[in-house]
Amino acid sequence: MTVSNIRRLPDGGWVDRSRPLKFRFNGKDYTGYSGDTLASALMANGVDVLSRSFKYHRPRGVQSVGTSDVSSMVQICGAEESPNVLASVQPLHGNLEARSVNCWPSVEFDFGAVISTISPIIPSGFYYKTFMWPHWHVFEPIIRKAAGFGKAPGQVADRSFQNRFDHCDVLVVGSGPSGLMAALSAARSDARVVLVDEMIHPGGSLLYRNSSIDGYSARQWVQNCVNELLGFEKVTHLQNATAWGYLEGNMVCVVERKPCSSEISECNWKIWANQVVLATGAIERPIVFANNDVPGVMQCSAVRTALQTYAVVPGKRALLFTNNDSAYETLEQLHSVGIEIAAVVDVRTTVRMELKRLAEKTDTEILEGYVVSKALVGRKRVNGVLVTSLTNPQSVRQIECDLVCVSGGWNPAVHLFSQSRGSLKYDDSIAGFVPKQAQLATHVTGAANGVFSLDNCLVSGSSVGAKAATAAGFHAQSIRVPEVLDGILSDYHIEPFWSVETGERPAKAFIDMAGDVTVFDLRLAAREGYAQIEHLKRYTTTGMGLDQGKTANVNAIGIMANLTDSHPSEIGTTTFRPPYTPVEFGAIAGSRQGKEVLPYRHTPMTQWHRQQGAVMYEAGARWRRPGYYPKSGELMDEAVRRECRAVRTQVGMYDGSPLGKFELCGEDVVKMLNLVYTNNFERLKIGQGRYGIMLTEDGLIFDDGVTFRLDEQRYLMSCSTGGALHVESKLDQLVHIDQPDLKCIVTPVTSQWANATVCGPMARQLLETADTDMDFSRESLPFMQMSEGHIKGMPVRVFRVSFTGELSFEVNVPSRFGLQLWEYLMELGADWNICPVGSESSHVLRVEKGFLSLAHEADSTVDPIDLGMKWLIDSRKPDFIGKRAMEIRRRHQQNRPELVGLLPKNPNQLIAEGAPLKSDSTEDDSEGFVTASVWSDVCNRTIALALLNEGRSREGETVNAWMEGKILPAVVTQPIFYDPQGVKLRM
Amino acid sequence: MLLISCPYCGTRAETEFRCAGPIRPPRSHFVGASEEEWIEYLCYADNHRGELEENWCHEKGCGEWFRLRRNTVTHEIIEVD
Repeated sequence: MTVSNIRRLPDGGWVDRSRPLKFRFNGKDYTGYSGDTLASALMANGVDVLSRSFKYHRPRGVQSVGTSDVSSMVQICGAEESPNVLASVQPLHGNLEARSVNCWPSVEFDFGAVISTISPIIPSGFYYKTFMWPHWHVFEPIIRKAAGFGKAPGQVADRSFQNRFDHCDVLVVGSGPSGLMAALSAARSDARVVLVDEMIHPGGSLLYRNSSIDGYSARQWVQNCVNELLGFEKVTHLQNATAWGYLEGNMVCVVERKPCSSEISECNWKIWANQVVLATGAIERPIVFANNDVPGVMQCSAVRTALQTYAVVPGKRALLFTNNDSAYETLEQLHSVGIEIAAVVDVRTTVRMELKRLAEKTDTEILEGYVVSKALVGRKRVNGVLVTSLTNPQSVRQIECDLVCVSGGWNPAVHLFSQSRGSLKYDDSIAGFVPKQAQLATHVTGAANGVFSLDNCLVSGSSVGAKAATAAGFHAQSIRVPEVLDGILSDYHIEPFWSVETGERPAKAFIDMAGDVTVFDLRLAAREGYAQIEHLKRYTTTGMGLDQGKTANVNAIGIMANLTDSHPSEIGTTTFRPPYTPVEFGAIAGSRQGKEVLPYRHTPMTQWHRQQGAVMYEAGARWRRPGYYPKSGELMDEAVRRECRAVRTQVGMYDGSPLGKFELCGEDVVKMLNLVYTNNFERLKIGQGRYGIMLTEDGLIFDDGVTFRLDEQRYLMSCSTGGALHVESKLDQLVHIDQPDLKCIVTPVTSQWANATVCGPMARQLLETADTDMDFSRESLPFMQMSEGHIKGMPVRVFRVSFTGELSFEVNVPSRFGLQLWEYLMELGADWNICPVGSESSHVLRVEKGFLSLAHEADSTVDPIDLGMKWLIDSRKPDFIGKRAMEIRRRHQQNRPELVGLLPKNPNQLIAEGAPLKSDSTEDDSEGFVTASVWSDVCNRTIALALLNEGRSREGETVNAWMEGKILPAVVTQPIFYDPQGVKLRM
Repeated sequence: MLLISCPYCGTRAETEFRCAGPIRPPRSHFVGASEEEWIEYLCYADNHRGELEENWCHEKGCGEWFRLRRNTVTHEIIEVD
């Protein structure tokens, strides 16, 4: 049995020792506490190595805090499987299971680590320089695999996500001392406040500070503030929620992990704020030295977080390495829990007296003007360091330690500010970039603004919160600033120091842990002319890892400034873009998953189709429509043949309800129709219909359909099912914007009408037996004519339109009667063996007739002449949409794709739709492609439609269709295979 | 994401709206134009930097059409009409 929590202090921290949690990591069982992160629980159990690095597979452990701790990347396993999760962010919960990424067979012994031994030959740009022949893409998959992160989950994770939206007066990002003060100031003025913070616990830097505020411990003070905030009705507090995007319109995207509702694992918020307060704090950066990635080398803030938040002792004998005062707070804290301190190595030649007194008190030696030049590697973690004098490089000392606490200064977290396109400036006094000029209604406070002392942060938070609330229209006043007893950190006193000089063949000194970028890589980039920051980033991948350079970027900028003898402000920063931290796709999608992405639309007859065993298809625009109705034991082909035969010989009925429909009213309807259609709609009598094709302004086919005249100034236009929304947008824009003088109202009525289309030679006889006041005879209701009346008391409009080539009646009823009409007609049709027909058969029947179908023949590259419908273009009309572009195109391009029929030489061979066509079997470019291909029952063979270059003049020629390596010869014919005179549909 | 004030419904998210491009002379203005002018009208857009007046439609709302003046650099919405 293993001793659990061996590195846990007996008391203190924010963990709940009364609630132990069991979890598994790399197949071993451990116990942590509620309030732990996965990383802190592992540290408490003495686990030093959490992952292997990206490129060199070096062992890595906890180095920094929260979302910047890229070395803690793991894969969460089990039902919540998720790759590339940072253990320092992942809250511990019962039965959590995780494993290391980037290692095989195990994190302790990793085969990929042999890469380290050949690392001198794989510097930056190595892959692109080396794997040139025959082509980078040959090598890419192998290299990507070796360099991979976690694995994408094999199945859909059993987790649910949510999207939420909110509006507020003041949004405060960060619940550290500045953020809490800002939120309180705004909330007390009665503003609607949202406070978000990415850590598990509120408090920001107070989580690891031993400060006393207003006589309370820091922790108690934070709790008091949060309690007060929760007491306001208008305050929303989201903890463990990262603001990851700050976009135009002053909208902030926030992903909340584990929201209150336990069924939801993540919730993505979009919050529009009148004013945004950024109290995002600062991120501690390391100093770069040889072997600075070895487990046991940590940022001071990470050490303090371990001690104060999680009550974990990260080592036994510590050494501090710093260039600023903030590190000395760590000294105090280590001392207070009884950790031996080997030395403080301070880059600065003179350290303030107060710090010296503190060192004396803790019996610690300060090595002024010294640097840590190399970490020495023990079995699994650091076991000592080499310390070198800056003034006398020959003076090297070896010091034993198992923990190196590093502070190279603090980078204000300006990411969100910069995302909102606020500008930055380099501030020499803190050796970092701070906000300069905001673009949106943004206020920055505290460490994010370069203010590092606690008392100044509280003052700044209070006034900025009030300022923001005032700007949002509230009478806000700065609230009283509490009194602080905060030891030594009244000032920061940084001396910029980025990287320790290393010798000729040094051990690796890492700048960016996420991408394994070393000082050597930066030197190489500078030498090869990639010193410009945007080039530097892409050439070396600095700042391109999971943390987007949170700890690395400013060091890289500083080092490059040294290498090129310039000032960091001249180097500048790269562009910060959302997301601040990785966001799961699931959180962005929210509940819009699977069928809920876009709900299906159903006709009133859907249930009937289902009961008849129809296989349902999507028929464009999310409509569900029957594809075919197989009888028991029947295959799809058999069902389709049976349905087609019924239409050609007896009678069939299909559900045409999804067809797009618009009612057009007004004195200028004809003008509008003449503008949108290529043919002429004048002299259309009431009750008469006309087919038309619409073009885009580019002169290509956009949609088609039949328009009937219902009354003097009322017309009913139909269009394709899938195109209905686009047609609606187009017509709407036409009458409102492009041609506002048109007096015409367009009303979409697609869903208002259900449609049962009765088609086949017996269709008329069937309808004549109905209980109706209508006359269906050829004389009173001929082809392309409509009539209104009643069938069994239901108000109907019957249109003589045919998409099958047979005698056809489209019976429209208000949708509420749809099912009733359908069932009544099915009942009547029983005498003629009426057969319900799905969209598969409809496709076969229209191909036999050569009727065009959008997205098959009209694929947005052809005009009506290409499809053999020159008769449909009224050349006497001075104008219609697309006329001019079509004329210009046809003048300049002679060789056009033209619609033809194809009869495969082998009458049983079905050519795949989309198969390319060539005249011979050489490697020439294709001359066209098959647009539709079916087995035709009436022709008793396969037939196809195709777009073929200059196809109409090639009738009788044999072309070759290419399909999966096979060459299938077919003869070019006219694009019509059944009833070429169109006698049957006019019956 | 922009918040846009529909003259009819009030402030709504950008995703409810459709932008129909910058305001320019109506289509009929170009019908008699030379071929070069027509191609210019059909194929070229200014991609203006700075203040721009556009047609917008509250498509997933009330369907209202309106003019919106905004700054393409700062995303500031200056006027809705």
